[in-house]
Amino acid sequence: MTQTQLAGLLPELEVIRADFPILERTVAGGLPLVYLDSANTSQKPQVVIDTMVDHLERHNANIARAMHTLGAESTEAYEGARDKVAAFLNAPSRNEVVFTKNATEALNLLARTIELGPGDNVVITEMEHHSNIVSWQLACERSGAELRWFGLTDDGQLDLSAADRLVDERTKVVAFTWVSNMLGTINPVTDLVARAKAVGAYSVIDASQAAPQLPVDVAATGCDFLVFTGHKVVGPTGIGVLWGREDLLNELPPFHGGGEMIETVTMARSTYAAAPHRFEAGTPPIAEAIGLGAAVDYLGHIGMDAIHRHEQTITAYALEGLATVPGVTVLGPLDAAQRGGAISFELDGVHPHDVAQVLDSRGIAVRAGHHCAKPAHARFGVQSSTRMSSYLYTTPAEIDALVEGLEYTRSYFKLG
Amino acid sequence: MMSDLDSLYQEIILDHYKNPHHAGLRDPYEAEVHHVNPTCGDEVTLRVHVSDGVVADVSYDAVGCSISQASASVLTDLVIGKPVDEAMSIHETFLTLMQGKGTVEPDEDVLEDGIAFAGVAKFPARVKCALLSWMAWKDATARSLEETHG
Ligand SMILES: Cc1ncc(COP(=O)(O)O)c(C=O)c1O
Repeated sequence: MTQTQLAGLLPELEVIRADFPILERTVAGGLPLVYLDSANTSQKPQVVIDTMVDHLERHNANIARAMHTLGAESTEAYEGARDKVAAFLNAPSRNEVVFTKNATEALNLLARTIELGPGDNVVITEMEHHSNIVSWQLACERSGAELRWFGLTDDGQLDLSAADRLVDERTKVVAFTWVSNMLGTINPVTDLVARAKAVGAYSVIDASQAAPQLPVDVAATGCDFLVFTGHKVVGPTGIGVLWGREDLLNELPPFHGGGEMIETVTMARSTYAAAPHRFEAGTPPIAEAIGLGAAVDYLGHIGMDAIHRHEQTITAYALEGLATVPGVTVLGPLDAAQRGGAISFELDGVHPHDVAQVLDSRGIAVRAGHHCAKPAHARFGVQSSTRMSSYLYTTPAEIDALVEGLEYTRSYFKLG
Repeated sequence: MMSDLDSLYQEIILDHYKNPHHAGLRDPYEAEVHHVNPTCGDEVTLRVHVSDGVVADVSYDAVGCSISQASASVLTDLVIGKPVDEAMSIHETFLTLMQGKGTVEPDEDVLEDGIAFAGVAKFPARVKCALLSWMAWKDATARSLEETHG
């Protein structure tokens, strides 16, 4: 296959693709897989798979409580993964990295432990993933606090015109996504963090879509808390991260009670360990954490700046290609420099389910539906959309296949 | 042999999708329900009017894919004018077909255009689309009967 050469693509893209064994498989009766659903979950490189298998084959033991060789090896690997994640985030301290099940659990942990009361308010945005909506809705229902929303402009940016009214002295939390999983919008995180800080509110960044494709530097953002999920950064499922400023983490009450999170337990009462173990009750997903460590190492080795450039290049190429298909309307910013690599669109006359089905028959995997962002869809008056999302292994030829697939979809549904 | 895609998107299904029968919401009715498919967000609002033990009218407003829209259209063709008992038994037959993973031979005498959905049963992700309005109809009919009897 001849590859379109575009400035900004990762050099040695073919070598990177060879790291991902799944990209070799065929689907739909022998067609090559064109995987354009990485915002949903990314594929895994061999090194992540091997690291997890090696752990299970040779080093498996529980951590922190086994006084034997395997226990020591396992603990070292698990805590080593924490160091790797701390480096990936440029965290000032490894104690600030809490392993969770996923981003959703990390957000729920915060929504459960940050104290709210009647008269307080929490400000989120209309472009949040349901995990950063429902967790705060529940917290507000429990506490009597008010939930407020940043609206969106017609071109898919946050509408900050009412910011001074929304974020006030009773605001306890400002929680927002760095990169939208539906619109692709990249939000002005330092501005939002500064607004939270100015009123003494906690800032919470959902970096689930940012961590895969942008350099994330928690210190540079100035935020209080940041979450992401392992499976979107070429790591396994079942592992996510809550990063928080160490002093703040140690002020929060515990989330789950159990083993590993205590200092001492008596029948009268218990005292709790400091972060991160305070929030890691019970046996954690050990192999998954170690796999995540290998994943962020892998991304770091390629370089997040280079990955970001690749994503922008592919995104620009995809936006150009989509613009050639009659009836396609892209939701969200049209300038690739201002957005991430997830592009949601409508194809006039064909429902997203049907688009995805026809594409699947050609080996092309995209997502159809509301992408867990119903309020953002409602904002733009659409019930659902089709979403293509690229990653560091995506080639221009795969975008060509998508564009051809959409042309075919139109002809299949007799749209001329 | 027909491709999988063509067995899913039978001509009959595409016809019902383009020209849905009995679409829109009408009076009178005893029960109105709103059902959604939580995975994809497809929605239907559906009204049922039962008179003298007969399904006198089924009207609906649906947003969704070709399969869910066509299925609502076929449903109304099959149940309007039928005694409730018979309509419920058609519902059972359609349900069995859809849950059969492609192994159930459809009965054209009972299901008429509904047999076109036999191909959908082979696509587990789409079975819910085909059943959305049927489940809404069963729910609304049960409520209509409660309304009229209770
Ligand atoms: C922006 C955003 N936040 C949160 C999540 C939730 O991730 P997880 O389901 O792994 O908890 C996702 C993933 O779909 C996402 O895209």
